[in-house]
Amino acid sequence: MTLELDRSMKDTSHINPLENEAIYIFREVAAQFERPVLLFSGGKDSITLVRLAQKAFWPAKIPFPLMHIDTGHNFPETIEFRDRLVDELGLELIVRNVQDSIDQGKVKEESGRYSSRNSLQTTTLLDAIEEFKFDACIGGARRDEEKARAKERIFSVRDDFGQWDEKNQRPELFDMLNGQIELGQNVRVFPISNWTELDVWSYIEAEKIEIPSIYFAHKRKIFLRDGLIWSHSDFVYQEEDEEVLERMVRFRTVGDMSCTAAVFSEASDIASVVQEIRDSTISERGARIDDKRSEAAMEKRKQQGYF
Amino acid sequence: MEVLKIATAGSVDDGKSTLIGRILYDTKSLTTDKLEAIEKTSKKNGYDYLDFSLATDGLVAEREQGITIDVAHIYFSTKKKSYIIADTPGHVEYTRNMVTGASTSQAAIILIDARKGVIEQTNRHFFINNLLRIKDVVVAINKMDLVDFSEEKYNEIKADFEKLMEKREYQEQNITFIPVSALKGDNVVHASENTPWYCGTTLLEHLESLDRKDIYNVGTPRFPVQYVIRPKTDTHHDFRGFAGKVYGGELSVGDEVVALPSQTRSKIKEIFFYDKKCETASRRSSVTITLEDEINLSRGDMLVKANDLPAIEKRFTATISWMDSQALTAGKKYVLQHGVNKVLAKVATVDHKIAPDYSGVDTGVQELGMNDIAQVGFQLNRPIFFDKFKDHRTNGSFILIDTQTNSTVGAGFIN
Repeated sequence: MTLELDRSMKDTSHINPLENEAIYIFREVAAQFERPVLLFSGGKDSITLVRLAQKAFWPAKIPFPLMHIDTGHNFPETIEFRDRLVDELGLELIVRNVQDSIDQGKVKEESGRYSSRNSLQTTTLLDAIEEFKFDACIGGARRDEEKARAKERIFSVRDDFGQWDEKNQRPELFDMLNGQIELGQNVRVFPISNWTELDVWSYIEAEKIEIPSIYFAHKRKIFLRDGLIWSHSDFVYQEEDEEVLERMVRFRTVGDMSCTAAVFSEASDIASVVQEIRDSTISERGARIDDKRSEAAMEKRKQQGYF
Repeated sequence: MEVLKIATAGSVDDGKSTLIGRILYDTKSLTTDKLEAIEKTSKKNGYDYLDFSLATDGLVAEREQGITIDVAHIYFSTKKKSYIIADTPGHVEYTRNMVTGASTSQAAIILIDARKGVIEQTNRHFFINNLLRIKDVVVAINKMDLVDFSEEKYNEIKADFEKLMEKREYQEQNITFIPVSALKGDNVVHASENTPWYCGTTLLEHLESLDRKDIYNVGTPRFPVQYVIRPKTDTHHDFRGFAGKVYGGELSVGDEVVALPSQTRSKIKEIFFYDKKCETASRRSSVTITLEDEINLSRGDMLVKANDLPAIEKRFTATISWMDSQALTAGKKYVLQHGVNKVLAKVATVDHKIAPDYSGVDTGVQELGMNDIAQVGFQLNRPIFFDKFKDHRTNGSFILIDTQTNSTVGAGFIN
């Protein structure tokens, strides 16, 4: 994809079909639902979603708010980035905190070696959906990420309890998206369902989209466990014999600090990151500690209402 | 960048998942961690080979039963193209998944077990791919290793399949036969030394050779309005843009257009992709169009070229694929979604059921069950603007939505 510097072009035949599809999906959401929201994590996929939404509605503003379910254990760089983006684009941002769900006694903090707030987000998310009566929640999940996600629809219906009934999904034919639901149900929408990790990175490069600095190589205090690179941080449980090292690393995927592992890397700009992804022999979610719990880890979380 | 979507069809144990796994493996699309997981599970299940189906069967129930239940999407890319494979289950009861997978695909692979040859299921797989007017179909005759890579066997199956092809309605469909062994890798990505009698391309070479003009069905330009963009900001105070995707052909600035249903004429003033103005909106691009005149146009309406109107009717017949456990009955009402337009539809007549294996039609039926294919007459509460499915893949298709459950219960192709 070549970058268009001038403000005009002859035709649109060179436009990436995945981009056309995503824009189409965003417009269907705005037309079919009363209260959509874009679930924003500060990661590269949700940042890409924001750019696609801008494109779908230009010259109008994005006609729905962003919502971040904050675990409280995010990388500070992600939060700074989030606030700046929202500010620059004049978007509305809703933040709901997992800490509040813990304080209200709705969820219990995990303890021990693999403790993480990742799965606790589900309760906070479902409460927020109910609070704001959102009928469509747009997310950046992709089918290539994980095999349970490969079964996901573009418009995926969730019941009153936020649950995914994976064996009883609506067929999706041609371009037609059926967003009809009953009161209390909501639809999870995945505009970049058909994108791969490389598609996202190539798009970020071509569109010159700004992303948080942790995606690029930087010096960080880390420790090694189970063959994965963990961040040394107050939020991450660490054994005394797990030695703290300082290394050049970057993140390929960004969740909260307790569930995201780093990779050793010297890739300090977008071109070298894209090249690194191209050459990589490890999948993106290979660095997700939350998926290592079991082969069906994602399917189970999704059934309960996870992103 | 080119994206090619491929639907797969095959019966249980024809080796569909293995074939997909083989493609991923030989194109080096399987990452180390995924391969390790496959090795580990294959070993645990007591196999002495790598069970590639583990790469695609994503649900617990599928892995337990060793079958594919729901359509999965698998991604890989070569230097030339990005591929999306819709892995559709092969069970008799899953016609609906095959129709669904085929509806978004430009090419299809039908698998045949070389030991079994053309079976009843093959008829069905071919019928559906032909009904959906998939332009390019590959018949992969698999498990050639188990018939000693016999040329005779291959020719026998090919001849049987060619007999089937005489019955097809969409005669222009391109069909290519390839002898493969998904398990051993023959003629999938790499050419086989075991089939010296076969001079054609490997499966991947064939897919790589397909280009856009071969695989996209062309019709005339149709622009269903998805959403009206009215920013009401200082800089764009009077901007009124019609957002949508162009299907079938292209639209250019200056084109004389007619808005449906009002039949008001106007001219295209500007075409935008994001903030960039363009002369022409190419097929399948998501653009925003402004018009010279202030006319009444909203979601569900359509812009077409002035000399090229579609049918504007309240009654039509269609071939439908029924996808719900609750029967379709004559007289029942459904929401009919035609592109982004929704109307109420009454089933006026159930004309006849069509056996999806080319064994004929069954008249005198009053209701349809899951996986039935039939010709049905509809009556709508207001007209829609359609083309016949054979002339326009997008503007000739629709889905039916149950008014009680909101589920998508059927797909239709207008005759």
